[in-house]
Amino acid sequence: MTPSLQLDQHGRLRHLLTMDGLPRQLVTDILDRAAQLAQATTGPDKKLPNLRGRTVVNLFFEASTRTRSTFEVAAKRLSADVINLQVASSSTAKGETLLDTLKTMESMQADLFVIRHDASGAAHFFAEHAAPGVAILNAGDGRHAHPTQGLLDLYTIRAHKGAPENLRVAIVGDVLHSRVARSDIHGLRILGCKDIRVVAPPTLVPAGIEQMGVRVFHELDAGLDGVDVVMLLRLQTERMLGAFLPSLGEFHRDFGLTRERLARLKPDAVVMHPGPINRGVEIAGELAYDARSLILDQVANGIWVRMAVMDMILGSDSPGADPT
Amino acid sequence: MSLLIANGRVLDPASGFDGEGFVAVRSGRIESVDANRPAGTFDEVLDARGQWVMPGVVDLAARFREPGASHKATFKSETRAAQAAGITAITIPPDTQPPIATPAVVDRIRGIADRTGGLDVYLLGALTQNLAGESLAEMSALRQSGCVGVSNAAAGLRDSLVGRRALDYAQGLGLTVHVFAQNPALANRGCAHEGPVATRLGLAPIPVAAEVSAIRFWISLVEDTGAAVHFGRLSTARGVEMVGSAQRLGLPVTADVAAHQLFLTADDLAGFNAMCHVLPPLRSAEDRDALRAGVRQGIVGAVCSDHQPHEADAKINPFPLTEPGISGLETLLPLMLQMVEDGVIGPIQMAERLALGPARVLGIAAGSLTPGARANVVVLDPARPFDLRREDWISAGRNTPFLGRRMPGRARFTLHAGEVVYRSGDSH
Repeated sequence: MTPSLQLDQHGRLRHLLTMDGLPRQLVTDILDRAAQLAQATTGPDKKLPNLRGRTVVNLFFEASTRTRSTFEVAAKRLSADVINLQVASSSTAKGETLLDTLKTMESMQADLFVIRHDASGAAHFFAEHAAPGVAILNAGDGRHAHPTQGLLDLYTIRAHKGAPENLRVAIVGDVLHSRVARSDIHGLRILGCKDIRVVAPPTLVPAGIEQMGVRVFHELDAGLDGVDVVMLLRLQTERMLGAFLPSLGEFHRDFGLTRERLARLKPDAVVMHPGPINRGVEIAGELAYDARSLILDQVANGIWVRMAVMDMILGSDSPGADPT
Repeated sequence: MSLLIANGRVLDPASGFDGEGFVAVRSGRIESVDANRPAGTFDEVLDARGQWVMPGVVDLAARFREPGASHKATFKSETRAAQAAGITAITIPPDTQPPIATPAVVDRIRGIADRTGGLDVYLLGALTQNLAGESLAEMSALRQSGCVGVSNAAAGLRDSLVGRRALDYAQGLGLTVHVFAQNPALANRGCAHEGPVATRLGLAPIPVAAEVSAIRFWISLVEDTGAAVHFGRLSTARGVEMVGSAQRLGLPVTADVAAHQLFLTADDLAGFNAMCHVLPPLRSAEDRDALRAGVRQGIVGAVCSDHQPHEADAKINPFPLTEPGISGLETLLPLMLQMVEDGVIGPIQMAERLALGPARVLGIAAGSLTPGARANVVVLDPARPFDLRREDWISAGRNTPFLGRRMPGRARFTLHAGEVVYRSGDSH
């Protein structure tokens, strides 16, 4: 989607708003860069000079500790200055306020904004209105996209299972409200994955998702049959109120990952979850740190991937560094 | 004051006249329509060679934003835009602030309209008190003060019984109920057509059933009561089908569509284009094609602008937080000319859907060139393509997705009550 907004005329990353429409080579480059950065920061000194003198603003309109801290760590490891701003929920705020927030922060000479907002399209909005040379990194906009989560999931799959071309991947749970699911689906498709399934009750599957290149299952055992990767989604526990589900218990019985179901998976299948997990809802609590769970790897990988993206947008071979 | 529109192709949907001829106007009324030049002298002769001459456009839904939102637009700004677009009559839905729920508000709006002049302004009164959907508005008083119909606009009703009683009551007064067919619970504050585009963009969906279930509900009430219902702003193929089948059963239901629904689809939301944030939402290509077919067959008997001008800030936000609506006055006639160019309808049908059809819905004497009728006339150039440019835009609301689009033609002269209220700037 709108690659022209994300990419400059040479096809380099200007903003990162969505996985949708990213060229395969660019995705591979980001993942390779993340692997290099992981290597380069394994020693006791975890800091690299790449973004020295650059200012990264974490502009979060939705509460988040986990995602915000990984962006903060990533920026700091690249020696950027980091400002964290938690803005009260903006859903009632006027457009001027959002725009004014951006413009005010721009005037403090920020180079990159990491933005999370509860409205789909917020990152596009900021990218369209950002001053030239100011980059936008989408840390989650409504149900639309969470591209660094998509990238870190790809990174994790690649590291543990190899290239996704021949893998079978099931995404289980609240796909309807999930920006993670959308970014994962785009990312897996970009890397050539041919068997992507979404598994959920019909109330949690958005209309026409098949057109994104997935198969829909409403029954967990069928959906998990033969898969290499199970990606669980976080279920907002208030979903019963919207009549999406009768109860968390029924959801867990039908769509939760239990030890019994884990045992029926291929022996080398892995389990992922973007966190934070609802124990006993998406996954039995005892399985969170099971040997086949990659949940903690995902957190660590999130740092490398976010460093890679920031480095590619702002670093020495970024669009901004181009003498032309 | 007398005026002769000479040598144009005259399109009168009331008489079916479609041919070259002369339209004579005297003292604010149509004097004659004839293939030959009438006798007598005229103060002015408009040369309409190569042009089409039709009744002025009657727009079934246009928000002029007064009272209550004059930072978006005013009667002054929007009347000029309407005149330049060949529109000689507009209908204002009751969702002004305050709503058109009392004769005092009717008088207030009529006062603004009279001071502005140059346009016939019709008002729809509220169906329920303050559009709250709880109890009936004083529909008799609203009718006496001049409202031509009643409506609850986009606001919901407390329950179906309120709908039934309101319909009964309106029928007793001979008032048509204008329904914006959208079940609020199913629409659930969504902002895009339920389907692949909304899913990809993560936008809250409005299912087709939001419209269809509302139409079914109202048709059920019409079946019981025989009351007249007009469905405004259809957006779905199923909606057209249902209205069509109700009409075939002889039920008194009519429908209109906003012109932009005949051209845009959910695909136009790509890149989160807030200019395409409208309610009802832009739907699939199949829906759009069915709407076009409905206009051709006459199931959808009127095409309106659904004009909703906004200040720039209303659209400067992430898509779901922008205000819905398109500034549509100035694209209504050009888009209908495009429908003719696309071969969907003929010129006389275009005149019918834009003038006589909507006039019939309102029950007003307008939309024809019948001798003796008020001389609301538009002379338009059907074959002078132009690019819609920002600098030529007149409405205070610049929120249109059509900027930069090539249009087949536009109004050249607009007559309101026999006066030339618009004359295109250039003379070729």
